[in-house]
Amino acid sequence: MNPEVALPILIPLMSGALSMAFWRSRMMQRLIGIAGTAALLATSIWLFASVQAQGYVIMNAGGWAAPFGITLVADLLSAIMVVLTGIIGFAVAVYSLPTIGRGHETFGYYPLMHLLLAGVAGAFLTGDIFNLYVWFEVMLLASFALLILGGERAQMEGAIKYVTLNLLSSVIFLSAVGLLYGTLGTLNMADIARRVALVEDNTLIDVLAVMFMISFGIKAAAFPLFFWLPAAYHTPPVAVSALFAGLLTKVGVYALFRVFTLIFNQSVDFTHDILLWGAGLTMLTGVLGAAAQFEFRRILSFHIVSQIGYMLMGLALFTPLALVGGVFYILHHIIVKTNLFLISGVVYRLKGTHDLKRLGGVYKAWPLLGVLFLIPALSLAGVPPLSGFFAKFVLIRASIEAGHIGITVIALLVGLLTLYSMTKIWAEVFWKKAPDDDNAAPKVAPLSQRHLWLMLLPIVGLAACTVFIGLNGQLLYDVAEASAAQLLDPQGYIDAVLGEQP
Amino acid sequence: MEPIMAVVIGVIYATAIYMMLRRSIVKLVIGLILISNAANLLIFATAGMTRDAPPLIPMNGGPMAEVIADPLPQALVLTAIVIAFGVLSFAVVLIRRAYQIVGVDDMDQMKDTDT
Repeated sequence: MNPEVALPILIPLMSGALSMAFWRSRMMQRLIGIAGTAALLATSIWLFASVQAQGYVIMNAGGWAAPFGITLVADLLSAIMVVLTGIIGFAVAVYSLPTIGRGHETFGYYPLMHLLLAGVAGAFLTGDIFNLYVWFEVMLLASFALLILGGERAQMEGAIKYVTLNLLSSVIFLSAVGLLYGTLGTLNMADIARRVALVEDNTLIDVLAVMFMISFGIKAAAFPLFFWLPAAYHTPPVAVSALFAGLLTKVGVYALFRVFTLIFNQSVDFTHDILLWGAGLTMLTGVLGAAAQFEFRRILSFHIVSQIGYMLMGLALFTPLALVGGVFYILHHIIVKTNLFLISGVVYRLKGTHDLKRLGGVYKAWPLLGVLFLIPALSLAGVPPLSGFFAKFVLIRASIEAGHIGITVIALLVGLLTLYSMTKIWAEVFWKKAPDDDNAAPKVAPLSQRHLWLMLLPIVGLAACTVFIGLNGQLLYDVAEASAAQLLDPQGYIDAVLGEQP
Repeated sequence: MEPIMAVVIGVIYATAIYMMLRRSIVKLVIGLILISNAANLLIFATAGMTRDAPPLIPMNGGPMAEVIADPLPQALVLTAIVIAFGVLSFAVVLIRRAYQIVGVDDMDQMKDTDT
């Protein structure tokens, strides 16, 4: 029995149920929100420590042996992702206290948040492909409801696009799972991996690989399937955007990493080549889309798309170093992106708008906020010594070593354009004078010092993480390297789940 | 039996995608409903169609029949149906609310988030 594998799923589920029980008490829901996410963070660190000690931590649900029951598997990649889920969940829960209004809280913001975290953690920890589908749906349904809380026009329109494309992706995933079961007769991912290796004719397997790629590609917002993301992510309250930005697309990326290292590693020339093209185009379209925008959160949304490209590039190159870079990039990106969204929320709270043209003078009034913005922004663009530099450095070095000059050039160019976008936000929001015509400054309710500090607290914490990763690159690099080594050794995963095969 | 099912499933997929490409959000949801049913049928069909062969151990403990139905896809379909039911009821409520707030059911006019 390894309870630490199940706890990151059970704790948010329990906290969600508890907050439902205290439906009328905002105080209790807030308390459970903080306590539940803190407990999630604590158990995720426990899980990480035990994965580091044992390599793989496995639990067979209900005591059914591996290929028959549902297995929960944590390898290093899962453990890293769960720790990040804990960090982001806790940061967003703290940030929700002053920002999520009474209206959202009474309509079940906290239970939905817990449910979303449970879905995300479940998707990271399951070792069964149909179970992965179920966790995807748990996560999606919670995200649908969170997205439309508030019921504004833009939210509705964004939600229709978001719901449609994500449902379509789920259906493709489900069809692919059905066909995979029809071909191999098993759903346990380790067992699938073992049997795929025995299939002689790879045609059907390749078709299935592409179906999985399309489905997870929609969820990860990869080119050309990313349109739902910039249409939806800027519409809900900022705490929700930040949670989505940090975790949801990364679940898609995680699924791609899992499936394309463990199961579909037969015809790398075919599948990973498509992924590489997708990665390059994702980076490029995302960053160009961002360059055209003048809305704070829309710029950041397009940058999510472009950053997804870097992670996929790590997977697509499929060399040990590239996978290290991909894992490192996910690690760095989740923290930085959430932080940027949280900062956009503080700016919105202080100035009453997300429109860059109507913003200005924030640095003069709140210099600390300016510094806090610069840390994740420069890290996103890859300026040393922050976390993004090492992530990009490893990836670009890997692409040169693999001899893919085209993708190297794209990655460098996109880094430059990211810097341009971040400078644009810096110049427009923080540096230039606030526009002084009357209708340019919307009315904002005064913000108490206590609330402002409560909003800044998670931002400072996440910025500290970014600086820490930057200054201790080696430490995190070692973890990413060990995780990439596990990903490149599917046999280890199979043996760990199914037991040693004769 | 399987070839007929394959054709039926293909037709449902095609119809669903056609409906989803229409501009009306009501037709969009009809498309979503159809496509999730098509996926359910697909899973059901991949296990192979066996008539009158439940996967049960006889009462007297004797050997099972030579050919039995695979029970797992049926469990999967059941799960998928329940999930699809939940998600699609959400989608129906969503389009109703969206129609009330936006006032049109034409996807081409829902461009608030694109600028």
